[in-house]
Amino acid sequence: MDLTTIFTQLFGGFQYTFLLFVLTLVFSMPLGLLVAFGRMSKWSPFSFALSEAEKSLLRSGSSLPKAQSVGVVLRRFVGLFRPIQLVMKVIISLLRGTPLMLQLLVVCYGPYYVAGISLSGEWRFIALVLGFAINYAAYFAEIYRSGIESIPVGQYEAASVLGYSKSQTFIRIIFPQMVKRVLPPVTNEVITLVKDTSLAFVLSYMELFTTAKQIAAAQTSIVPLFAAGAFYFVFNAIVAFVMERIEKMLSYYR
Amino acid sequence: MKVLEINHCNKKFGENEVLKDISLSVEEGQVVSIIGPSGSGKSTLLRCATLLETMDGGDLIYLGKPAAKADESGKSVYASQQELRAIKQNFGLVFQNFNLFPHYTVLKNIMEAPVLIGGRKKDEVEQEARALLAKMGLSDKADAYPYQLSGGQQQRVSIARALAMKPKILFFDEPTSALDPELTGEILKVIQDLAAEHMTMVIVTHEMAFARDVSNHIIFMDGGVIVEEGESEQVINHPTQERTKAFLGRFHR
Ligand SMILES: Nc1ncnc2c1ncn2[C@@H]1O[C@H](COP(=O)(O)OP(=O)(O)OP(=O)(O)O)[C@@H](O)[C@H]1O
Ligand SMILES: [Mg+2]
Repeated sequence: MDLTTIFTQLFGGFQYTFLLFVLTLVFSMPLGLLVAFGRMSKWSPFSFALSEAEKSLLRSGSSLPKAQSVGVVLRRFVGLFRPIQLVMKVIISLLRGTPLMLQLLVVCYGPYYVAGISLSGEWRFIALVLGFAINYAAYFAEIYRSGIESIPVGQYEAASVLGYSKSQTFIRIIFPQMVKRVLPPVTNEVITLVKDTSLAFVLSYMELFTTAKQIAAAQTSIVPLFAAGAFYFVFNAIVAFVMERIEKMLSYYR
Repeated sequence: MKVLEINHCNKKFGENEVLKDISLSVEEGQVVSIIGPSGSGKSTLLRCATLLETMDGGDLIYLGKPAAKADESGKSVYASQQELRAIKQNFGLVFQNFNLFPHYTVLKNIMEAPVLIGGRKKDEVEQEARALLAKMGLSDKADAYPYQLSGGQQQRVSIARALAMKPKILFFDEPTSALDPELTGEILKVIQDLAAEHMTMVIVTHEMAFARDVSNHIIFMDGGVIVEEGESEQVINHPTQERTKAFLGRFHR
């Protein structure tokens, strides 16, 4: 098999790699923002109930200091209960703390083992995109969160005094500045994603890496693997170039 | 007419009582300076007045419309978010560290709020914004970004941004404290010009001579209470309270 044939076949695999890459980004980037909001949620359903409890303690005749100290203790334990934040924290740490390969297997075969649902041919691909998108959303969420939290509080205050609503403040003032700040870590994730797409081999998805492995085995040759490496390398060089251009575009302010 | 009225304002941070029963009112055209040692609660008072902090007790009233009103137990009850947004149109705040929006040009920093929140026509707002810049001596900076300006220029832009909303009252929290000494003059000059145009202002400052010259009324705060207040010449040159004398004594006049 000559080199041109190898490259042609690998290019077929690369198209699937590219598709997985694009779909993962398209879904995980916005999903990450939602997860970040959840992670930063301060919603605490019991803090309202707390001040009511304090009032009723007072009304029932207990002394002010006693009611207050009960309130303080309750507040410390119950007031810090933020269910959305807690759930997101747990999900993020699970997604970041276990191998992506394992997550892909769970998403793909979970429905069958758990509920006995038989899986169609397309499911494999859907599961793959789902698994990648959810896993990457967890990473993006933490990056977005650190970006949002790094914006000085003065920006919120200036907007508030000028009369911006919360959503106007986020969309016009915070979000654009966040994008600029998170670009370097996002670039790292995107480059990692290019390489991580090779994990799709566990679901026998015929992307670049799986294709290369098959050709290498059939031809008993190392050349297809090197050629696949070249594909990944060039792809990542292009990704890095594009991200650098975007960073330049946003360098008109500091 | 009273532009701002604060009655019996109380504010605590945890167990720390930062404002204790503060009452003040500001008439239209009046310039009030607030002076006092570090930690006396001056910034907290401005932040309560500009709705950046919520008061625990007392009233906050702009032009007769309550932003917060004390209930029978004295606890502040705030108006709805919608009403508060309308009330915010009455005042502007100039921060110590400017807080300009770094991703916007100078012109957009000034124009966005009047167009977006004030709902006014873009070309009309642009004309006014350029006029304000000219007044601030920054006509050539309309298309610059904040990072390209000196501290003094940034502060003048932030004053223009506040003025573009046509506030009835303008608050300043130590507008010159973040500036190099040679740049404070240009900001004080701008405020003096505004005073000459009878802009209603409340200024927290450590510049005693400036406070005396620019304001009609001076409030001296210490430990979260108003210790002494009165006509500016009187408070600065002939204070009656010991704490005021001790504080002013630290500034060699
Ligand atoms: N967000 C906050 N949380 C807790 N305590 C606060 C907060 N903001 C201010 N304080 C406390 O409130 C008191 C008054 O602070 P404030 O900033 O109003 O003083 P100030 O008179 O403006 O002082 P300075 O002249 O240094 O600016 C201080 O003891 C300060 O530690
Ligand atoms: Mg202060």
